[in-house]
Amino acid sequence: MMPDEVIQKEANKAYRAHLLICAGTGCVSNRAFKVRDALVEEIQKRGLSDEVQVIATGCQGFCAQGPIMIFQPDGIFYQMLTEENISHLVEEHLVKGRPVPKLMYIPSVDEPPIPKLEDIDFFNKQRLLVLRNRGLLDPEKIDEYIARDGYQALAKALTTMTPEQIIDEVKSSGLRGRGGAGFPTGQKWAIARKSPGDEKYIICNADEGDPGAFMDRSIIESDPHSVLEGMTIGAFAIGAAHGYIYIREEYPLAMKRLHIAIDQARDYGLLGEDILGTGFNFDVSVHRGAGAFVCGEETSLIGSLEGRTPEPRIRPPFPAQSGVWEKPTNINNVETWANVPVIINRGSAWYTSLGTETSKGTKVFSVVGKVNNTGLVEVPMGTTLREIVYDIGGGIPGGKRFKAVQTGGPSGGCIPESKIDLPIDFERLTEAGSIMGSGGLIVMDEETCMVDVARYFLDFLRGESCGKCTTCREGIAAMHDIVADICNGEGKIEDIELLKDLSEAVRDASLCALGGTAPNPVLSTLQYFRDEYDAHINEKKCPAGVCRALISFRIDPEKCNGCFLCNKQCPEKVIHGKPKEPQIIDQEGCIKCGVCRESCKFGAVIVE
Amino acid sequence: MPKIKPEDLNKIAERMRRQTLLREGAGRAKVTVHMGTCGISAGARKIMSTLLTLFEEQNVEDVILTTSGCAGLCSREPMMTVEIKDHTPVKYADLDEDKTRKIFHDHIIGGKIVTDYALGKGSERIS
Ligand SMILES: Cc1cc2nc3c(=O)[nH]c(=O)nc-3n(C[C@H](O)[C@H](O)[C@H](O)COP(=O)(O)O)c2cc1C
Repeated sequence: MMPDEVIQKEANKAYRAHLLICAGTGCVSNRAFKVRDALVEEIQKRGLSDEVQVIATGCQGFCAQGPIMIFQPDGIFYQMLTEENISHLVEEHLVKGRPVPKLMYIPSVDEPPIPKLEDIDFFNKQRLLVLRNRGLLDPEKIDEYIARDGYQALAKALTTMTPEQIIDEVKSSGLRGRGGAGFPTGQKWAIARKSPGDEKYIICNADEGDPGAFMDRSIIESDPHSVLEGMTIGAFAIGAAHGYIYIREEYPLAMKRLHIAIDQARDYGLLGEDILGTGFNFDVSVHRGAGAFVCGEETSLIGSLEGRTPEPRIRPPFPAQSGVWEKPTNINNVETWANVPVIINRGSAWYTSLGTETSKGTKVFSVVGKVNNTGLVEVPMGTTLREIVYDIGGGIPGGKRFKAVQTGGPSGGCIPESKIDLPIDFERLTEAGSIMGSGGLIVMDEETCMVDVARYFLDFLRGESCGKCTTCREGIAAMHDIVADICNGEGKIEDIELLKDLSEAVRDASLCALGGTAPNPVLSTLQYFRDEYDAHINEKKCPAGVCRALISFRIDPEKCNGCFLCNKQCPEKVIHGKPKEPQIIDQEGCIKCGVCRESCKFGAVIVE
Repeated sequence: MPKIKPEDLNKIAERMRRQTLLREGAGRAKVTVHMGTCGISAGARKIMSTLLTLFEEQNVEDVILTTSGCAGLCSREPMMTVEIKDHTPVKYADLDEDKTRKIFHDHIIGGKIVTDYALGKGSERIS
């Protein structure tokens, strides 16, 4: 085949700089496309369009600093760009060749800016397998994926390996499902392959229902072909001719890039009939999920695909035996699929060199909450929580104390400071009372009330329970009401035992893992933060100063200089006092909104 | 769009090579045109566009072309630095289009320093 002349010309064009601007959802909501447009316009204005190319990439991970941009070949990292910065940036860096320090990353107030991406801890402590192409390619151009060894694993698998060899390779890699339960992927493929029947299916689970999680969305946004390639290899290994990608409707950008990728792969014959001229046929269709959390559970997901109500059903039969349209079906998570090309390309021996005894490879986490560098992080299994929170995450903002990390999504658990050196893998997180889940990681500081956290997650879960199992439907609601009472100062000492009993019932008598893991937020906070429950129940106090029924706001007359700011800002007008004299809060009318504390520049507002 | 065969993957990767290298900041050599205010007023832009055209015409894919600020010797602008991997960088001064072409052919492609136009190796003078 002779490459198309236009493409050749475009590929051959010599540029002196590539500006890789992040167009992941985080940066886009911070106006990354506007910044890109301004950049393109300014470059045009300066007559540099023939020398400099602007490329919109997928999520580069450092969401806290967005919109961000990498300037190549210099390797300079720019952050927090606005349309107003652009003419200066172009003038200085592109016209005069001088990088602009004020748009670079500054680790802390008294440190100098760090020009190079590779010198920034957030990036250089990560190990990218799944996100190997992040920030390096335009996800809407298949040639860029191919340029970085894309589809080589598929070619290798189809032309040099038998389905059994592929399955063996995935088995020996030790790859475990990244969607939650950590089931060995190779084993699952083997079962689906052995299941009788000619018509088989595979599914990519891109439902990603955990609040605050964006691993799967970012993988699809930044490198959709890696998922398609993994699926095609899996389909060949299992003997499936069709795949479904079940993606939530709330991910428009991921969906758009996925469709572009599918079209381009079809054009090249990488999807469809006679893939790569090998006689293998496989194609995919995209199914948009309507967003209920339970749709991510595999049997509900299959129900939803078929147009039924998404309710989990009893397993066995497992989807590998009877899945979509009652045919053998293999379902894997987005990140699991994206690992497959890496394993086939580099071999299982190499892959197993990363990770721990029981969990191989890397894991992608979305790091959010009370941490300086929120963003998307990929680290080898076995990395400690401390490395993630402090080295990569840059620690806790505002000099506050670290309190806990919540992992595993809404039905995960909270891990306290005493376990911060825990190397994370599937087993260790479970031992610590939490779960890996799909990789959500929420950092909490001293101002987080752990009882309130348990209440929050129970509230989410009771709303998302599909209602099929009584224990899950009624049990989670009952647990929620008890914990809410404790937050309201109406807790009784017997409540703790009752919560433990209910936890057991909900865990043991629910069909799917929604109920099965729902007690985790309560059990893990009870295990590590029992003192906070006791304080709420016995002393009617919320030590973190969060639960409104149990706190009061007071102004320290020593610290208050009567600047009057809180007085003006109080929505209820219950702060009294003369200007330049200490103010007083009238407790009767105070609604405990906390506006006074936020507005006070002297730390004079105390919560008790 | 014709369907591709396994061996076409390498062809596509090959034709994208220039882009890939620039993006990774890697290459066999790096050429830096000094673009301070002084460089620009002395004609550094012309040097840059000459080089870009030469790179395209001659299909040079493994050399990175970039810019930097003033090299500190404003009276000798336009200037550029040619840095072949594992060799000391060489600075060229008082450039024009013809000199640039010669440096391109002899040094960047041929690996032979054009001593006549060289200012110094690294910071030392060649005499
Ligand atoms: C309530 C509930 C929600 C789930 N949500 C997801 C999800 O959003 N994404 C996902 O990949 N797996 C989710 N799972 C896990 C799936 O049931 C299934 O185990 C997984 O997709 C298998 O893929 P893996 O082996 O690659 O991890 C969920 C499970 C439960 C019980």
